[in-house]
Amino acid sequence: MAIEPGHAVDLSGAMVLAPTTPADWLVVGPVAIPIVTGAILLMARHETRLHASLAVVGLLATLLCNIGLLARVLDQGPLVMTMGRWLPPFGISFAADALGASLALVATLVAVVCAFFATADIGAVGRRYGFYPFMMLMMAGVGGSFLTGDIFNLYVWFEVFLISSFGLLVLGSQHRQLDGATKYAILNLVGTTLFLTATALLYGTFGTLNMADIARKADGVRESAPLTTLAVLYLLAFGMKAAAFPVNFWLPASYHTPRIVTAALFGGVLTKVGIYALLRTLVMLFPPELELLSGLIAWIAAATMVIGIMGALAQTDLRRVLGFVVISGVGVMLAGLALGTSEGLAGTVFYAFHSMIVMTALYLLAGVMNGLGGSYSLSKLSGLYATNPLVAAFALLLILAAAGLPPASGLWPKVMLVRASLDSGQPWLAFAILATGLLTTLALGRVFILAIWRPRVAAGPKVPASPLLGYVALTALSLPVVVMGLYPDPIIAVAERAADAILNAPAYIGTVFPEGAAQ
Amino acid sequence: METILAATVAIFFAVSIYLILSKHIIRILLGVAIFSNAVNLTIFTAGRVVREVPPIIPVELDTPDRLTANPLPQALILTAIVISFSIFAFLLVLAFRAYQELGTDDTDGMRVAEPEGEDLPPLGY
Repeated sequence: MAIEPGHAVDLSGAMVLAPTTPADWLVVGPVAIPIVTGAILLMARHETRLHASLAVVGLLATLLCNIGLLARVLDQGPLVMTMGRWLPPFGISFAADALGASLALVATLVAVVCAFFATADIGAVGRRYGFYPFMMLMMAGVGGSFLTGDIFNLYVWFEVFLISSFGLLVLGSQHRQLDGATKYAILNLVGTTLFLTATALLYGTFGTLNMADIARKADGVRESAPLTTLAVLYLLAFGMKAAAFPVNFWLPASYHTPRIVTAALFGGVLTKVGIYALLRTLVMLFPPELELLSGLIAWIAAATMVIGIMGALAQTDLRRVLGFVVISGVGVMLAGLALGTSEGLAGTVFYAFHSMIVMTALYLLAGVMNGLGGSYSLSKLSGLYATNPLVAAFALLLILAAAGLPPASGLWPKVMLVRASLDSGQPWLAFAILATGLLTTLALGRVFILAIWRPRVAAGPKVPASPLLGYVALTALSLPVVVMGLYPDPIIAVAERAADAILNAPAYIGTVFPEGAAQ
Repeated sequence: METILAATVAIFFAVSIYLILSKHIIRILLGVAIFSNAVNLTIFTAGRVVREVPPIIPVELDTPDRLTANPLPQALILTAIVISFSIFAFLLVLAFRAYQELGTDDTDGMRVAEPEGEDLPPLGY
């Protein structure tokens, strides 16, 4: 900084002059650690044997950082750090509140398990083509999306994980992958470009991109600015990312084509980033507009969950069944957004935790079943109960979880959402959630009957893949499913804190702008 | 000036949406490229257009002494250009590979991942 002597500049109006405390670095860690690990992996691209262990270590460090961040956020409220020591809104702020920190934690947990499972699923060629670097950069993008407090920065993180996901999706270059990836890439790019369009108009309206700044200025410009248009554009753009009906067709076209561990990571994590962005923009920035749109979102939610699960009923390929189950889960989460009440949003957040873990586990289970039975097709897969009863046990638990039946984790978020729908006088939405639960039981119950109970109808592979690693991964994911199902109180408390964090915008604004004076 | 730019943005959006609605991947990609440029122009216009006043603060002052051009939209556009350019390059390669492998760039013919007339799952055993 070249300041001429004799001309003292008072920087206190623009920059933080106090040194950054070590605890503040927690908010950057969940993004910085995966980026650095990804870069190291790229440099060590010839040493593919090291990739898996480096990635697992990097993700474990990210997980620790996320745990520290969530503990601090739950203890002391949102944590804000503005890059370059500028005062907000001049620099790009990272602002972790209970919603972002908890979702980032669960996403990283899922990624750790996937990285571990990938040691069996991704061979030397896959590693050579960069599975682990792509995965680390994707997790950096996901972490950045959950933690940033700047809406243009959110767009950048979206693109970071999007382009990494392209790399993961085409890994292997099979015909079906190229087909699926083309549709996935084009439709997702259109979605994020719509997001950028909305952000351009938002910048023209507010002259700022800091979300806290937008939230505090929204009331002042509501009379004259097209805020409803912005809210609708964000609903469309993030609805595409989240795979909400009727803009969800990229998901069933692509999620069954990549390696199963990639599908597991995508199915678990990516659609929830769309849900998170919807919560962050619509609930925190544009609450009156959300109220205006709530009827529309309720219909979208009901259509997404029911049509999604009916798609699952019509599929033969196990991975395609799961793709449609992901979509129907998105519908359930949108129901809480439509209600907009504290309990509804807490239900959405809890369902997001549950869905990340359970969908990843279901995809990994499909991978284990394919390794044992030699096929993903429900007309060939059979007789697994006779040979591998443990697979049957995992399948039963995860199916109960996805359908929302006790003792697994799906029950409580659905209870919260159904009660919130009834409290808001929308019994039909509660009915849609319950009907979706029944249809999920049918769709996945049929998978259980055909693949596991049915006596063997087709010869499996001569040497079935050893499921040991799969069992370890499934155990790691099933434990939180059972714990959340049997002892949901702490998770409900976190989900309620997360819902309060976005409903109570003044508190968030107060954290980003401590004096409330800087303009 | 804003009116002309707004009209240009409108034309860009119209052309890109028309192209994206096409069945052929290469036309869709051209549409996507124009789409991202339409958005870049939107950012530029939304940031207000001020002519020929560079945003430089004189040495002896703490704030600019008159209305200057807004540098932020240009930073945003540069970021967006880099992102959309790299993704567009990726998409071109992907589309070319898909054309080589699948033998078509007609989206109606690209049914490898979702084959037509698949069997329904067994109804019992």
